[in-house]
Amino acid sequence: MTRLARWLAIMVAVLLAGCAGPKETIVLLPSPTGQDTAVTVTQGTRQVVLAQPYAGARLSRSNAEAFPSNAQEVQVRYGSALAAQPLPPARFTLFFVEGKDEFTDESKLIVDGVFAEIAKRPIPDVIVIGHTDSVGSDAANDLLSRQRAEVVRTAFAARGLAADKVVTVGRGKRELAVPTGDGVAEPRNRRVEILVR
Amino acid sequence: MTKTFSRRLGRGLAVVAAALWLAFPAHADVGQIKVATGQVFVDRKGQSLPGRVGLMLEADDVLRTGADGSVGITMRDNSLLSAGPNSIVSLERFEFDATTGDGRFDASLRRGTLAVTSGRIAKKSPQAMTVRTPSAVLGVRGTEFVVAVDD
Repeated sequence: MTRLARWLAIMVAVLLAGCAGPKETIVLLPSPTGQDTAVTVTQGTRQVVLAQPYAGARLSRSNAEAFPSNAQEVQVRYGSALAAQPLPPARFTLFFVEGKDEFTDESKLIVDGVFAEIAKRPIPDVIVIGHTDSVGSDAANDLLSRQRAEVVRTAFAARGLAADKVVTVGRGKRELAVPTGDGVAEPRNRRVEILVR
Repeated sequence: MTKTFSRRLGRGLAVVAAALWLAFPAHADVGQIKVATGQVFVDRKGQSLPGRVGLMLEADDVLRTGADGSVGITMRDNSLLSAGPNSIVSLERFEFDATTGDGRFDASLRRGTLAVTSGRIAKKSPQAMTVRTPSAVLGVRGTEFVVAVDD
């Protein structure tokens, strides 16, 4: 009987420990670009806002508390996860001759940089985003921006990058790099952005 | 007369199709495994696939790592997620319009450790990306953070 009582006491303790639920920890890291950054942690009606580098929150079922963490703690706890982060996308821009799908001579040099970045990555995929300046209709510019992206895909294929590793997107004149009114021939807007991921 | 009409209709439909194609490029995949070490599995529709580098991911995929495992993925909006050992990460919802940057990304960490660098979805709209843990919802206003869920 006493043995049963002890068993019951142990079972209750185990169940109570189980009810405490998992412990969770969140730490905001410094922003690599220095821009404002924050994470809001919402647990039922409680909320903790992490807005400073290495600001942390610890959560249990009954409690949410803020705490200061640091680079060393983060490395110990999250080192393996951080080591597995893929390389951030590398960005390049090629410029085009007005109204055409040919890129400028200077841009041909940038292509070498693109291929150097591709070589660094085990499984590269490339996103090619065509843009135009604001001369012409939306329909014409959507088409031209797609053509520009396709020209880049073809040029890359000629240098040995399989076409299925490249996704092309045309954004027409929706995202001008240099804001202008409509109908303005602006060379810096006639471009293709390339993301190597 | 009918011929002209049908030709015009055909041309109209082609324009609509082209517009749709521009707006929604065909992608079932939401991301790709870029880094994998040790044991990594992807649970998809009741099956468990080996989580190799290069595997394309779909919404609803669940990534699991073993005691020696870690995995890093790049999502279509350039979000980067990576998990350490003994982790379970679920890609619950991912919608992304590459033309406008609008979308919705909900992931969850059920166990283990996760590092997150947010991408275009969170940049376009700070409400559009969340990471859930068993007890909380993390709203992503910024770029990089880490999360741990202990058993």
